[in-house]
Amino acid sequence: MSEMTYEPLMVEPAGVPRGRAMVERADWAARAYAKYDVATVNRIVDAAASALAARAQEFARDAVAETGFGVAEHKLLKNVACSTGIVDAYRGQDFVSPEIDEVNKIVAIPRPAGVVLALTPSTNPVATVSFKIILALMTRNAIIISPHPMAKKVCVAAAKAMAEAAVAAGAPDGIIQIVEDPSIPLINALMTDERTDVIVATGGSPVVRSAYRSGNPAIGVGPGNVPVLVDSTADIQKTAARIIESKAFDNSILCTNESVVIAEEAIADKLLLAFAREGAYVLKDEERDAIRSTVFPEGHFNIKMVGKDAVWIAEQAGIKVPAKTRALVAPFELVVPEEPFAHEKLCPVLGFVRVPTAERGIDIARAILRITGAGHSAAIHSANPELIMKFSAAVPVLRVSVNVGNSLGASGIQTNLPPTMTIGTGFAGRSSVGENLQPKHLLNYTRLAYNSDVREVMPTFAGLNPWTAPSGPVPAYPTASNDRNNAQVPAPIHREPISQDVAELRDEIRKLIVEELHALIKN
Amino acid sequence: MTQEQVAAPEFDYGLFSYDSKEQMLDKSKEFWNPGKTQFWIDSGVPLVIDRREEYFIYDMSGKRLIDAHLNGGTYNLGHRNPEVVQAVTMAMQHFDIGNHHFPSLARTALAEALIKTAPAGLSKVIYGSGGGEAIDIALKTARHATQKRKIVSIIKAYHGHTGLAVGTGDDRFSKLFLSDRPEEFPHVPFNDLEAMEDALRGRDVAAVIMETIPATYGFPLPNPGYLEAVKLLCEKYDALYIADEVQTGLMRTGELWGITKHGITPDILVTGKGISGGLYPIAAVLATEKAAGWLNEDGFGHISTFGGAELGCIAALKTLEICSREETRSMVHYIADYVGMRLAEVQATYPDWFIGIRQNGVILGLEFAHPQGAKYVMRHLYENGVWAIFSTLDPRVLQYKPGILLKPEVAEEMLDRTELAIGKAYAEIRNERRSA
Repeated sequence: MSEMTYEPLMVEPAGVPRGRAMVERADWAARAYAKYDVATVNRIVDAAASALAARAQEFARDAVAETGFGVAEHKLLKNVACSTGIVDAYRGQDFVSPEIDEVNKIVAIPRPAGVVLALTPSTNPVATVSFKIILALMTRNAIIISPHPMAKKVCVAAAKAMAEAAVAAGAPDGIIQIVEDPSIPLINALMTDERTDVIVATGGSPVVRSAYRSGNPAIGVGPGNVPVLVDSTADIQKTAARIIESKAFDNSILCTNESVVIAEEAIADKLLLAFAREGAYVLKDEERDAIRSTVFPEGHFNIKMVGKDAVWIAEQAGIKVPAKTRALVAPFELVVPEEPFAHEKLCPVLGFVRVPTAERGIDIARAILRITGAGHSAAIHSANPELIMKFSAAVPVLRVSVNVGNSLGASGIQTNLPPTMTIGTGFAGRSSVGENLQPKHLLNYTRLAYNSDVREVMPTFAGLNPWTAPSGPVPAYPTASNDRNNAQVPAPIHREPISQDVAELRDEIRKLIVEELHALIKN
Repeated sequence: MTQEQVAAPEFDYGLFSYDSKEQMLDKSKEFWNPGKTQFWIDSGVPLVIDRREEYFIYDMSGKRLIDAHLNGGTYNLGHRNPEVVQAVTMAMQHFDIGNHHFPSLARTALAEALIKTAPAGLSKVIYGSGGGEAIDIALKTARHATQKRKIVSIIKAYHGHTGLAVGTGDDRFSKLFLSDRPEEFPHVPFNDLEAMEDALRGRDVAAVIMETIPATYGFPLPNPGYLEAVKLLCEKYDALYIADEVQTGLMRTGELWGITKHGITPDILVTGKGISGGLYPIAAVLATEKAAGWLNEDGFGHISTFGGAELGCIAALKTLEICSREETRSMVHYIADYVGMRLAEVQATYPDWFIGIRQNGVILGLEFAHPQGAKYVMRHLYENGVWAIFSTLDPRVLQYKPGILLKPEVAEEMLDRTELAIGKAYAEIRNERRSA
């Protein structure tokens, strides 16, 4: 019987070759797009952003439905911020035209990376997809998105909407592509493909580390674990409102949501009361222990808790809290690795530690970041510039949100940092980028540099621009060369796609054989 | 002992070996085809293809060539395309050629896939082992359906060398074997609708057979509206329209089947060459229900042991799937656009020499101002690392057929080499003229 079974050889999974085809197509698209002028690029960026923004609500709802976590109204906010919001933030900036520095006799010509491979997370699915697409389009790159499998449906819908709008506005065909069925072998193949020019990885550490191991240039960012210091000079009312609003944002699934509040003893009780007024529930000791073992059974984070709301989480621990509770505050004493509350939580549970002095608070913030989250972000609420400076210098993060919620502060939405969905964690966070990811990270510049000798004069380059607007669809439809004046693009013939992959045929055959065998045995 | 060891042959291929390229060529003449072997030596293209991968072929000497002919599209997907190799290798664990007497797993699967991607109306698939046999099947099918005998083709047509197919083509290949049958196979001038109507008017024609772009004739393009009008004439005079898509199918025009760009649903469509993936010979005839009546009347009417060999079906299934991808279609449009643009630039440099570019997608005929112009260009291309062939039936024209999965950097290199070769061929011809 065994010789009748169809034993396939060890082969690549079916999706891998298709992924390579996407990279090849992107390669062509990138080459074409790299010659576009700034006016056309702006039109394409606007079209893609508007297409996403127009359906921001639908995508927000669908993302929550598909992944089972987060808050639709907060995702709506991020979807808008990461589409038209990003475009508005960079309005007037030009990542396309040559920049002339007459004093130094240098002209810098923007040179796109080429093919950008973007890995996007489940926690922030559509916003990250949109953000990376907009950045790629602004800088004339082609982009291939590999969405997190938990959020693939909504990401595919969002990316396709943006791709259609971009192409309709004149972008090259295939400038935005998305993997519909992501798998580990496929992602590996995309990451290691030599035609992938840069990988922009947002997601868990394994994804980021493998991006760096791929052999291709990569921008990956590490995890967060945000300490928040509140000292006695802080405006407690405002601080409480900001922290709870930020902690509750999208049910705390962002890497920028606050992890542990470090309160100076003098104002700690007052702060807890203010938290309660803002809709947080301060857990009593036994309640805190119940939450600890529910959210971190056996000391490990329970992924069922990701992005769930505070009331639901309390319920799981057998705790009844007011229906409008937005966050659960868990006071604890010692910031050490074996204390689960000192780790990143990805749900609206907020650690709370008292310190005798603000100075001591700095040490505690460092202790939190020793566990995880170095290079990412921290927050401080204080009116004391000296302390703020000391805190920021001592704590190994690359952005400190001051008197603002960290969720939207570190990501530049409520601060004047570059608005981003990808927080560079720098050397401390094992990343090549320390800033918030922004358009310039997807660009190089060719610098033409004149002889510095004053006798060698640089002529004027003003008005010289190597880029042009395309004269029609890119690429042109391949009309016969003797019929070009009369060109009519036929409607593509839409018939059932072939799904008859060899793999499927194999399954069919296997089924047939099994049926045959059954028949034989019965007879 | 070491001193006595016989030196290993330089070219060892396992089952056979050669001491040198010269020895190989001598044996080729002795045991295989002296005429053909000598022809290429005399043409300055002493190519014996050894290693091959992607769009590169390597002569025994190690010389690398970019393949811009692809054996008429056989290597559409490149040489030894890894996906097709994998599919066939895998299939060999279970399948062989199969048995033509019985319903077959792979034949049925491929037939379904072909019909799903074909112009609407085509509903049955009949297999051959190669393009010529498939053409014969198509002609026999048309004769059965119409109960008429005549087949109209164009002058300088080329549809293969088998019994019936050879009759549709140029005399050169039929008279040699006393196989010309002008009374059954009238030939009419290409792009001449009046002549076509004259040939059909007697209502005694079973079918008109047309390559969507005649390859061996140097890809003269059908005038806008010509094929559409021929199809209408076929309908008017009860003849079938057979689309020979052997060289124009499988995305080469930027659509899976070139004929769909004309909005024509043929009664019969023939595919070959590229459908094999370049790995296992297979060809297929797609027919409408009406045309394919003999399959009901006598299903054993055409028998072919190797026709639709199951390993070939696997190669074809994979090939068809690759060709049908959205990404592939997009790439063909990019390649066509880029190659066309670069060649137009070369043409602007040599307007008196490089006088025409016939292009539909990645099917190109390059016209030169000399009766044998393409032979000169072919030789200089060869010297400069590109393989493309002159058109047998119009040697002014070079057949230039880049791959549908060509990478941008290879496309650039191919055009750089082509530009140089066209210039060198021009210089050679000018020198000949000067010294004449």
